[in-house]
Amino acid sequence: MSDTQRKPFAPPDFRPHPFDCVVIGASAGGVEVLGQVLPSIPATFGAALLIVMHLPPASPSFLVGALGSRCALPMSEPDAGEPILGGHVYIAPPDYHMLVDTDATVALSIEAPVRFSRPSIDVLMESAAAVYGTRLLGVLLSGANDDGARGLAAIRAAGGATWAQTPSTAVASQMPEAAIVSGAVHEALSPTALATRLAAWPRLITG
Amino acid sequence: MTDIPGPARRTMTDFDIELRLLLEAIYLKYQHDFRHYSLPSLRRRLEQARQDFCVATLSQLQDRVLHSADDFSRLFGYMTIQVSDMFRDPGYFLALRRNVLPVLQTYPSLKVWVAGCSSGEELWSLKILFEEEGLAERTLFYATDISPEALERAEAAIYPVDRFAGFSQNYLAAGGKRTLSDYYHAAYGSGRISSTLKERVVFADHSLATDEVFLEAHLVSCRNVLIYFDRPLQDRAIGLFEHALVRRGFLGLGSKENLRFSKRHEAFEEFCMDERIYQKR
Repeated sequence: MSDTQRKPFAPPDFRPHPFDCVVIGASAGGVEVLGQVLPSIPATFGAALLIVMHLPPASPSFLVGALGSRCALPMSEPDAGEPILGGHVYIAPPDYHMLVDTDATVALSIEAPVRFSRPSIDVLMESAAAVYGTRLLGVLLSGANDDGARGLAAIRAAGGATWAQTPSTAVASQMPEAAIVSGAVHEALSPTALATRLAAWPRLITG
Repeated sequence: MTDIPGPARRTMTDFDIELRLLLEAIYLKYQHDFRHYSLPSLRRRLEQARQDFCVATLSQLQDRVLHSADDFSRLFGYMTIQVSDMFRDPGYFLALRRNVLPVLQTYPSLKVWVAGCSSGEELWSLKILFEEEGLAERTLFYATDISPEALERAEAAIYPVDRFAGFSQNYLAAGGKRTLSDYYHAAYGSGRISSTLKERVVFADHSLATDEVFLEAHLVSCRNVLIYFDRPLQDRAIGLFEHALVRRGFLGLGSKENLRFSKRHEAFEEFCMDERIYQKR
């Protein structure tokens, strides 16, 4: 899609970053995949990464503690209103929904759980789709429920790209499978392929 | 909800256009101003309402709401009703107990404003705190919300009894000195906050979007309310708190709310940032 806008003087290996934002949803069995994918992403990664991981409400900063030191990108549980910056990883705080606001800042909410989840993957993905449109990639990992299927569908409908973890590689296959069955997924990828594809993107050069 | 800036600028969807018109209609007709509520949450709530009202578009919902006050009341519930827990984020109440109340102790009389009190869980938590720290007799609480239904629920102070197990855990984590069951009566599946706690509380209809300051307060507690506002409305609300507070008065926010992003942040200094408690300069 953006290939047609490629500047003629760009070096042959330069490709504009295809996305401004990547949203990732993970549930049961997803921590291990995140532990494989996130550390392989280089510090030059240009897009913002927003992650919803289903966890019990009383487990603050688990992911930041477990993965933060192993990742090249800065990682945090954002405050409400924080600007969403490329090259940063934002983890939804436990017991809050995390959404993308229209001015590309983080919005948080303690509205009721959606299909038993707070944070909800659908809530993040639907709000991100409305803001980033074609510049958004949604990734759905291992999990034992159907959160994320509607979210990926919203991303796809808004012109963004959608990936799911190949169900056979998932500890809990139900979540990626539900999305695939619903027809929302462009590509199913193994954790290794996910890591390789994400790591391969050069930094977006913005004006 | 003004212009969408920078790279995020896209053509407005029909849904967003209709949403904006609906909020305008509600404001003109009923004087409730949701025009500066945060858009992503509004979208979700109104989409839910659209489905539950069984209408195809928000324009059709607008038609209903404009011509039927009952339908508006019903929609109003979608826009306003929040549920919280007693002693949600126990660390906040612990910090108040240990660091803020000793300072408030020095005043002969006190006023506390619980802004956006919703169904009252936080109000009662604060009342218990002031009771246990010996400040209840000299403190008057003002609990405000835009929703009459929420205020009624807060005033009734009746919650499903199964919620009290979680409340009780939070209470102990917040440094509770007795047992939570000292403060409510369980009967027929409900827990009712005891009537002694309900003394010295004023409930009032107040909008952070359209009303002005109505009291001088020593502590304002407004948690997880600003997160549903856009930045200009947040700034307005924070301005109200600033003007309501006495010099060196305290402002408590939700655990993920931060004054750093407000242009009024200079009116406050950080008192206990771990628990988002600020002190007016």
